[in-house]
Amino acid sequence: MPQKLDTLKESPSQTAGPYVHIGMTPNFCGIAGVYPVDLGTTMVNAKTIGERITISGRVIDGGGEPLRDCVVEMWQADAAGLYPSPSETRGAADPNFTGWGRCPADGVTGIYRFDTIKPGRVPFPDGRLQAPHISLWIVARGINLGLSTRLYFADEAEANAADPILNRIEHRSRVPTLIAARDGNAYNLDIHLQGPNETVFFDI
Amino acid sequence: MSDTNTPPETGPFLARDRLWHPQAFTPGYKTSVLRSPQRALLSFNNTLSEMTGPVFGHSILGELDNDLIHNFAKPGESAIGPRIIVHGRVLDERARPVPGVLIEFWQANAGGRYRHKKEGYVAALDPNFGGCGRAISAADGSYSFRTVKPGPYPWPNGVNDWRPAHIHYSIFGSGFAQRLITQMYFEGDPLIPLCPIVKTIKDPAAIEQLTAALDMSMTIPMDATAYKFDIVLRGRRSTLFENRLEGN
Ligand SMILES: [Fe+2]
Repeated sequence: MPQKLDTLKESPSQTAGPYVHIGMTPNFCGIAGVYPVDLGTTMVNAKTIGERITISGRVIDGGGEPLRDCVVEMWQADAAGLYPSPSETRGAADPNFTGWGRCPADGVTGIYRFDTIKPGRVPFPDGRLQAPHISLWIVARGINLGLSTRLYFADEAEANAADPILNRIEHRSRVPTLIAARDGNAYNLDIHLQGPNETVFFDI
Repeated sequence: MSDTNTPPETGPFLARDRLWHPQAFTPGYKTSVLRSPQRALLSFNNTLSEMTGPVFGHSILGELDNDLIHNFAKPGESAIGPRIIVHGRVLDERARPVPGVLIEFWQANAGGRYRHKKEGYVAALDPNFGGCGRAISAADGSYSFRTVKPGPYPWPNGVNDWRPAHIHYSIFGSGFAQRLITQMYFEGDPLIPLCPIVKTIKDPAAIEQLTAALDMSMTIPMDATAYKFDIVLRGRRSTLFENRLEGN
């Protein structure tokens, strides 16, 4: 027998379940007084650099119904394209921007919403610039492993056309599933879990 | 975390073993049927967007955040149920401790009842139990919290399905691609092999990985029993000897 590799298996995922709010957004579900605020509700302040935008949409199941019990998290670069993370080695990001948001879907409409700024461009490993984008992560009852995808911006057509990830999508008709429509400073993206408009989800 | 002299964690993550995780479409767990993507996932090597992630400082933590027996209780009172300590370490796939990561937990009370408006189980609410807590892993990856052992509960899936006693976990890593939600089960619970959600996991060894062991070495005599639950996050690929692009 050769020596054993001292590697471990990642802990397997289990669904977030219907009561995910208790753990991740307790104030939202009426458990007050344990945490002062729910994490991820505020990403920007008055001093944050960048163009103020809102991101909203719904997560829609294979029967066409919006999920009213999901939680969406997002992660993005600041206006200069830097991530506010210790793993960001290219420079210091805007100290007035968290880069991370968490939003439970509305219990009636299923709408998620983030108040944030438009992200700058972040390089791909080979140095090419990616189009501005936001990483999304979706968990809910019935989702066994959190779903990863991205949101791109409809008004960045030129950058989107050159984006290395969007260009990896073999079925070109599916590219628009990742592109949020613009209406003023509001961007909207519905995420489809199944069906003809199924969102491109990532294995990353 | 700023209180460390080690260089920041960076670099791409090891590919996720998607056969170790539950598949998306698991009809024994009915809600997954309409919530499971059916098209192939798009695979690509990590970019900075996946390698970086948010971190949370200890300043967000309140004194009782890791004490579910008291963090919702009226002053001088405490939650009802078997008192337990849950402890363990956050490690990565290369068996290295992962310090400074936020872990959130939530659970039913000792009777199996959640404090949530969508919860319809007849078991009583405990006025002194909220059901949420959080901690940040220490320099050696360790974390711990105190709570009451949650009860099993019935749920609408089959006509008589029960969840084994469990605690839900949400774990951050140093990169957003490590983000993970899972559940901890308790050693010896006969409901574990019957549960349709547990059974979304195919490999029995993976189910064992989610089963906390009774740990008598960490019990507090005349006070609380203890369970040990280690969490493993994705590891980063070693970039030693990796070819660099010309000019980099
Ligand atoms: Fe549960």
